[in-house]
Amino acid sequence: MTSTLEAPPAEDIVIDVRDISFFYGANKALHHLHMRIPRRQCTAFIGPSGCGKSTFLRCINRMNDLIDGARMEGSLLLDGMELNSPHVDVIALRRRVGMVFQKSNPFPKSIYENVIYGLRIAGVNNRSVLDETVERCLRKAALWEEVKDRLHSSALQLSGGQMQRLCIARSIAVNPEVILMDEPCSALDPRATSRVEDLIAELRQEFTIVIVTHNMQQAARVSDWTAFFYEGKLIEFGATQQLFTKPASQQTQDYITGRFG
Amino acid sequence: MNLPHHKFGDTRPAGETGVWLTSMGLAIGLFMVLALLALIVANGLSVFWPKPVLELHLKPGSASVLRDQTVIGGIVTRTRDRMVPLAEGKAVEREWHLQVGNKDVYGQGFRYVAINDALKTEYPADAMVVERMEYGHAVGRPLSLALPDGRTVAAGDAGFSPALHDALRGVRALRGELRQVEKKAIGRINHAMTQLRLNPDKLASPDGRAEQAELQKRYDVLAADALRIRGELEKGSLSIALFTGEQRAIPLGQIVHFHFPNRMTTPEKVGFFLHGLKGFVADDPREANTEGGIFPAIFGTFVMTLLMSIAVMPFGILAAIYLREYAKQGWFTRSVRISVNNLAGVPSIVFGVFGLGFFVYFTGGTIDQLFFSKSLPTPTFGTGGIIWAALTLALMTVPVVIVSTEEALAAVPRGTREGSLALGASKWQTIYRVVLPAAAPGIMTGLVLAMARGAGEVAPLMLVGVVKLAPSLPIDDLFPFIHLDRKFMHLGFHIYDLGFQSPDSDAARPMVFATTLFLIALVVLLNLGAIVIRERLRRKYATGAF
Repeated sequence: MTSTLEAPPAEDIVIDVRDISFFYGANKALHHLHMRIPRRQCTAFIGPSGCGKSTFLRCINRMNDLIDGARMEGSLLLDGMELNSPHVDVIALRRRVGMVFQKSNPFPKSIYENVIYGLRIAGVNNRSVLDETVERCLRKAALWEEVKDRLHSSALQLSGGQMQRLCIARSIAVNPEVILMDEPCSALDPRATSRVEDLIAELRQEFTIVIVTHNMQQAARVSDWTAFFYEGKLIEFGATQQLFTKPASQQTQDYITGRFG
Repeated sequence: MNLPHHKFGDTRPAGETGVWLTSMGLAIGLFMVLALLALIVANGLSVFWPKPVLELHLKPGSASVLRDQTVIGGIVTRTRDRMVPLAEGKAVEREWHLQVGNKDVYGQGFRYVAINDALKTEYPADAMVVERMEYGHAVGRPLSLALPDGRTVAAGDAGFSPALHDALRGVRALRGELRQVEKKAIGRINHAMTQLRLNPDKLASPDGRAEQAELQKRYDVLAADALRIRGELEKGSLSIALFTGEQRAIPLGQIVHFHFPNRMTTPEKVGFFLHGLKGFVADDPREANTEGGIFPAIFGTFVMTLLMSIAVMPFGILAAIYLREYAKQGWFTRSVRISVNNLAGVPSIVFGVFGLGFFVYFTGGTIDQLFFSKSLPTPTFGTGGIIWAALTLALMTVPVVIVSTEEALAAVPRGTREGSLALGASKWQTIYRVVLPAAAPGIMTGLVLAMARGAGEVAPLMLVGVVKLAPSLPIDDLFPFIHLDRKFMHLGFHIYDLGFQSPDSDAARPMVFATTLFLIALVVLLNLGAIVIRERLRRKYATGAF
């Protein structure tokens, strides 16, 4: 079944998903998705657990490659470049498509080294470039004021919310086009969540953000576009405002009103 | 359904028997470890504490008389009970194990004395114990001191002890000089001569002959010098009267150390104890290892363990990384893993035999043919040596490192790896920059275990390079400084040698405990070093999770 979705935004499209299906071994997790994700806006994926939204997110930077027996079918274009091809340089792809995980995962290194990790592995060792990047990214991640005096102490001493913002700073340090966020606030308290949400609102001026969330209020607050997934299918995709007020599908209606899921 | 009720007022929490059972297990384990340590520490340290000299007047006709003298003296080292057959039944007789010393006179340094045979015992204040270069201790009363310059000091004089101390200081300086000449200078010339001899072309040329003559000339000068120093050491002597009446003159050059145990104050005893401890750690062994120190054995063990660690770490870690991170998990990796684990259970002597066959005969023999063919048939690497011992033990301990490294790698959270990969890192960059640092403390634990096992192993070493007495250390000031081909001494083997191969088991017994103490101390020290490094790493990453 192809998705019954709103006409894709007629704007600048950065990710064009054409008939993507995904398998874990014999188990089909995604069914023929079509979706067009616009540039420099925030797109939210909502849906009950196990509906495939995280799997789909991880298709975009090919993180699913790490799973034995996983297979993707269909076509996924990033700026017109086919991603579902064995010839794709995944390392270059992941530099263009950053990712923030559900559980913050700072490296066991200093705050400074965490932020510039992406640059270091790309071979940048110029001290002034690195210093400048650290300050710029931490400022963008609204973390600079809190950590500027202890840049060289361990990142693992930060609080949960600070760690998650550090992971965001780390992902923007390599200047990606797209940032994928996989439930970035699910392990945070409301205060830290609101800081990260403010940050997302800031970042979408500059980056394309795709966020998976279980929290529908959060989707409504931070995103311009929302996609509703159910059982591996894209049920509805449209402007956030419209999806939450006048959903086209009964399933969407049921989900956002809390009747299931 | 009726469940048995926990009765109100019963203060015993459910499952308490489990607590008791498990805590008993721990208590028994702890008790055994503490008992072991206490025994070794007590026995090991008591060797260095000065013990009083007892003078005994024996019953005439006692079986314990020495050279027909009823007055004997010595140091009581322990007591034992002996069954004596009587006409009817048996009796228990208590005996002292007496270190009578003066092996050169009595023929033996120790004997048993029946306590019941002693009519009178006393601790004479002027009893003197003299540690000598040969024949163990001399025990007796001082008579007089003949100094090298011809003066004589009587034992009663107030200046006797200071004069003897002064004279011994001179002797020590001379001995140092002699060692410098004989071991260092002459050793260097011998080394140069051997090098020359191995080069027949050069030896045949006029240059070579001139060099040989020059070396010979220098050797003659040094040999004359050594002879002069030996002459100096012959001068002067200490006269003592043994408890059995004989008088002996001990050349000053033979004396290592002297003390009057019966009139020592406690601070003096502590000083003597510390001095003895220091000498034990720093000196070379003497008299078939039953006297002197164990420095070469400590040094050999240390260097061998270090070499082993250097060899085992890279292999173990690289193998574990491949097995855990790169290899496709399947029946093959599983069977490799099982084999590695089983390798850890192979008896160590098997590794020793392998080391002898592969490292010593095959590898060493090949190296000799390729690089040291001139000195053949005398083997250089084709015989046991510290490098082969280190490699054999590295092979033996590599499973320990692989297993613990694999566990440490597995403990690094998946999220951390994904975080790195999501930033565009390659797999190797992720391993190298994120996974390995995070796993480093766990890897260090593996090294600690490997070192503990390697440093205490004796059996395989006996096949691949350990010796009873090594003429030189594996590291010294002769080029190339680190002599990987040399045979070496090892504390574990030293204990075995003292305990089972010693010509004088009575003299060797205390040395066994003292050496064991130092083997334990060395292992603890090496482990502490590794633990300190591990804690540093842990603090650096501020996680206690690994």
